[in-house]
Amino acid sequence: MMMTIKERTIPVPVPSPETAAFWDAAKEGKFLLKWCTECEKPHWYPRTLCPFCFSSKTEWREASGRGTIYSYSVMRRAPEVFAVAYVTLEEGPTMLTNLKDCDFDALAIGQKVQLSFTATEGGAPVPMFVPV
Amino acid sequence: MSAKAYIVGAYEHPLRKAPNHSVAQLHAEVAKGALEDAGLTKDDIDGYFCSSDAPGLGPTSILDYMNLKVRHVDTTDIGGASYLTLVNHAVRAIAEGKCNVALITLAGRPRSEGQATGTSAKMRGEAVPDTQWEYPFGVANINGYAMCAMRHMYEFGTTPEQLAWIKVAASHHAQHNPNAMLRDLVTVEDVLASPMVADPLRRLDCCVISDGGGALIVAKPEIARSLKRPLVKVIGAGETVKHQSGGVIDLTYSGAAWAGAQAFAEAGVKPSDIQYASIYDSFTITVLIQLEDLGFCAKGEGGKFVADGGLISGVGKLAVNTDGGGLCNNHPANRGGMTKVIEAVRQLRGEAHPAVQVPNCTLALAQGTGGLLATRHGSATLIMERE
Repeated sequence: MMMTIKERTIPVPVPSPETAAFWDAAKEGKFLLKWCTECEKPHWYPRTLCPFCFSSKTEWREASGRGTIYSYSVMRRAPEVFAVAYVTLEEGPTMLTNLKDCDFDALAIGQKVQLSFTATEGGAPVPMFVPV
Repeated sequence: MSAKAYIVGAYEHPLRKAPNHSVAQLHAEVAKGALEDAGLTKDDIDGYFCSSDAPGLGPTSILDYMNLKVRHVDTTDIGGASYLTLVNHAVRAIAEGKCNVALITLAGRPRSEGQATGTSAKMRGEAVPDTQWEYPFGVANINGYAMCAMRHMYEFGTTPEQLAWIKVAASHHAQHNPNAMLRDLVTVEDVLASPMVADPLRRLDCCVISDGGGALIVAKPEIARSLKRPLVKVIGAGETVKHQSGGVIDLTYSGAAWAGAQAFAEAGVKPSDIQYASIYDSFTITVLIQLEDLGFCAKGEGGKFVADGGLISGVGKLAVNTDGGGLCNNHPANRGGMTKVIEAVRQLRGEAHPAVQVPNCTLALAQGTGGLLATRHGSATLIMERE
């Protein structure tokens, strides 16, 4: 069963000076990850200083958008039922997100998911995921 | 622990709904209650400790309202766990001679003010660095804790029935507490029949929303010994914050793993020595994960530990939350750390309800978690001994 119920209104993400590039790219459908060029690790959420080694040598790289569900919960007691989740990206970091366009009763940890940007009201779209 | 101080006063406000009280009034009433419990007076207080439930800039407005003159203040906010850290900080301040008698207060009226606490995401401000990455996704209290439960079930086979036993134990204790918000016994079946809120947590996996508050008085040894109350000494403490670690996430454990280890090392005792434990119970899963992290059982064994009345005083392996906890008794200001310490003090004094009192209880632990278990939370542990 596809969820055809009323969709939740997604709050607009408000960029900061250090994250504007992410949201600008999101408007063009590109999903960026912040990588540290010193320790060569990606992290989430994006920062200017690497949260692992504190190097300021970080750069944006386009990510695959592929991941797996680490955990999730379907909020039943809400005007519009929705699923919050942690998705582990193919590149390594695990990020907080929503799962959409799926049967919420068939979700499972370990399921493969693919990025799908979701519109917000007047702001940049936010990165959500759809089971594949 | 070289820093020695005693909890000499403890008071829990009897109200669970206080529409006709101001928040400041509740702070003052619990302060008065704790002073009377200790046998001290207002003028004895020379240190004041509070968190962000106190209205105004840090401690300033409540000190003004209560007309207290102090020489040491501390406001720490790690949510519901704050009050355990404040006890810890008061002990250190007393050891350093910064104050002799420390007052710690908590109060609030979320029930009267109609706050929808658990199911809606809170906007904490755009300058908060995580807001843009989390607020759009609707992570609230319950669905964040629910993701921890979901992962725990996936990795260790923990079941909804096992989580339900935590609520059942709380209800067994709350039936003896005349002030408890929920005094009816519930069964595992009752919990499982309650409506699903955020998979896999149901309504009865959640704590109550209550008005009220509580206060503690911590004093230096010379003063504690001059009072006519059983001596409850803080012998170990730990505190930390666990978060998302740059995207390296493990939802199966909490900051209690680190805070607890600090507290046990300082106290020089081990989990099997503990006779009573207050374990923060915002949701049933909160209790289970912290029990494992504190070493009361191995990681992944929490379900078996809590099942079949494992937490019921006189029945199970460890008496937990004998006041009924946040799940049934009280969660004032949406912050349960204060009442966690208060019930531990009652147990150590032998002043818990006779039906739930642990016989000759001399060593107790209190554990707090504040914030969101999944994304970021404060964690604090206190170990207390009756001399």
